[in-house]
Amino acid sequence: MMTEADVAARVQEHFGARVLEAYSFRGQHAVTIAPKDLREVLIFLRDVLKFEWLADLAGVDYLGFDDREWRFEVVYAMLSMENNVRFRVKVAVTDDSVSVPSVWDLWAIANWEEREVWDMYGVRFDNHPNLRRILCHDEFVGHALRKDYPINRRQKLSAPSESILCVRSELA
Amino acid sequence: MSHPFSKSSTEVAPLHSDLLTINIGPAHPATHGTLRLQIQLDGETVANAAAEIGYLHRGFEKQAEACQYQLVIPYAERLNYMGPVHNSNAWCHACEGLLGIEPPARAQSLRVITSEMARIIDHAVCIGTNLVDMGALTNFWYMYNYREKIYDLMEELTGARMMVNYARIGGVCLDAPEGWLESARRVMADLAEVLGEVQGLVSRNRIFMDRTQGVGVITRELAISHSVTGPCGRAAGVNWDLRKAQPYWGYEKYAFDVPVETTGDTYARTMVRFREMEESRKIILQAIDAIKDGPVMVSDHLVALPPKDKVYNTMEGLINHFKLVMHGIRPPRGEFYSATEGGNGELGYYIVSDGGPAAWRVRIRPPCFANYSVFPKIITGQLVADAVAALGSINVIAGELDR
Repeated sequence: MMTEADVAARVQEHFGARVLEAYSFRGQHAVTIAPKDLREVLIFLRDVLKFEWLADLAGVDYLGFDDREWRFEVVYAMLSMENNVRFRVKVAVTDDSVSVPSVWDLWAIANWEEREVWDMYGVRFDNHPNLRRILCHDEFVGHALRKDYPINRRQKLSAPSESILCVRSELA
Repeated sequence: MSHPFSKSSTEVAPLHSDLLTINIGPAHPATHGTLRLQIQLDGETVANAAAEIGYLHRGFEKQAEACQYQLVIPYAERLNYMGPVHNSNAWCHACEGLLGIEPPARAQSLRVITSEMARIIDHAVCIGTNLVDMGALTNFWYMYNYREKIYDLMEELTGARMMVNYARIGGVCLDAPEGWLESARRVMADLAEVLGEVQGLVSRNRIFMDRTQGVGVITRELAISHSVTGPCGRAAGVNWDLRKAQPYWGYEKYAFDVPVETTGDTYARTMVRFREMEESRKIILQAIDAIKDGPVMVSDHLVALPPKDKVYNTMEGLINHFKLVMHGIRPPRGEFYSATEGGNGELGYYIVSDGGPAAWRVRIRPPCFANYSVFPKIITGQLVADAVAALGSINVIAGELDR
């Protein structure tokens, strides 16, 4: 039986100093890594530690939260059904000039999830086939879940949205 | 040129026509919500499909970051309006995980009972409306009739029928009234009859089988790649149920099966839902039998509002009430991911707390988002009418898809 602490230890052992930060709270564990290491870590988790599932993918904006050196984190919540254990991998994104490698070819769900992170936080994903807004309208200006986007700001959006079928790669 | 009577010359090349592009939705009765599909049709076959979402986006996550933890409960219920009470139960469960507390045993049992009722009505509506898509209206009345009975129970328990606002962080807001558990037991006894009637009408029905078997197939690989959980995942052979695998609220005490099919088609999804309703009934009856007397809220004064007689008659009670309402519940700084088995699969809440009365970040992982992302793939090559039937069987709830 593998616990989250075991997974964290395995990841730290394997990636050494490339793990920027290890985090644990109430029995849940996570590691923070740099964008360049993301795919390697996720593939390690998937193939070696049997984390077959990407349960969730979310962005977080830490503007003004504490003194951490990066503003955004993209959080990959992994699930291993085989070992019945969860684990989170967090990617530190300094600001919106840094992009994160896409994992849509590893898990198809990442296609939409990454679009949502782009839509809400403005974090770009490299090699994403179709990085368009997903929940907000095409005309929307800014990124709604950023901490510096005021909750009461309203925008008038009126243009009809373009054809969605033109992008074939979404179906790949 | 071959001889006119030779075999090869009689083979007719397939008729090629231009593909016809049509929009289905965002406002269309067959989509059961504001979903927009753009489809290229080759005759009546879907040659190509793409989905666009976001028509019901109303900023749940932003709103949840701007109000106190306990004020998110009503918003959470409006995410999935098919079985609303489960969403608020799950939200409170996530907050409790962040706080490191557990509700009392009686509250846990009441959460199990209400959550399983939510699952039953969720599946009832899903199956009922899905069969209407295929022209079988009768089942819809049977299912909705039964849903009314559960709504009546909810009304008796909470004062509201649909959006019940019943869960609280640290328990539930009210104990079950006198005789309610017995009425719940009677309503559960009726479920077998409803399920028998509806299943009798459809499960061996030739038309239904032709419309659903081998249609809209989600393979196990596709389910893993798209993170498809819940009945859709189990229909595809993913033997995974969070109530079994990572039990909460004492689910490990109840005996129930996890229905799994392997074909992954519309038929399998419908059958898994039928059997899950039956399992939910079993869980509810066991929970009613095993329910213990006791409080329904934790006694921690930093989480639970004091009883009303304390508020009106003692200074400490009044101050406590005032502090909680004005300053809120303050979990420690930290982040927590909590997952429960919702009607459609893994319902996850990822909460980042900065120690204040409102969450720094609330992320909801709605099961429908993952389940719907696979949809354009599974309808390609199917008849457009069967695509509508497959859509109904995935049970996409626009409220939680778009948040």
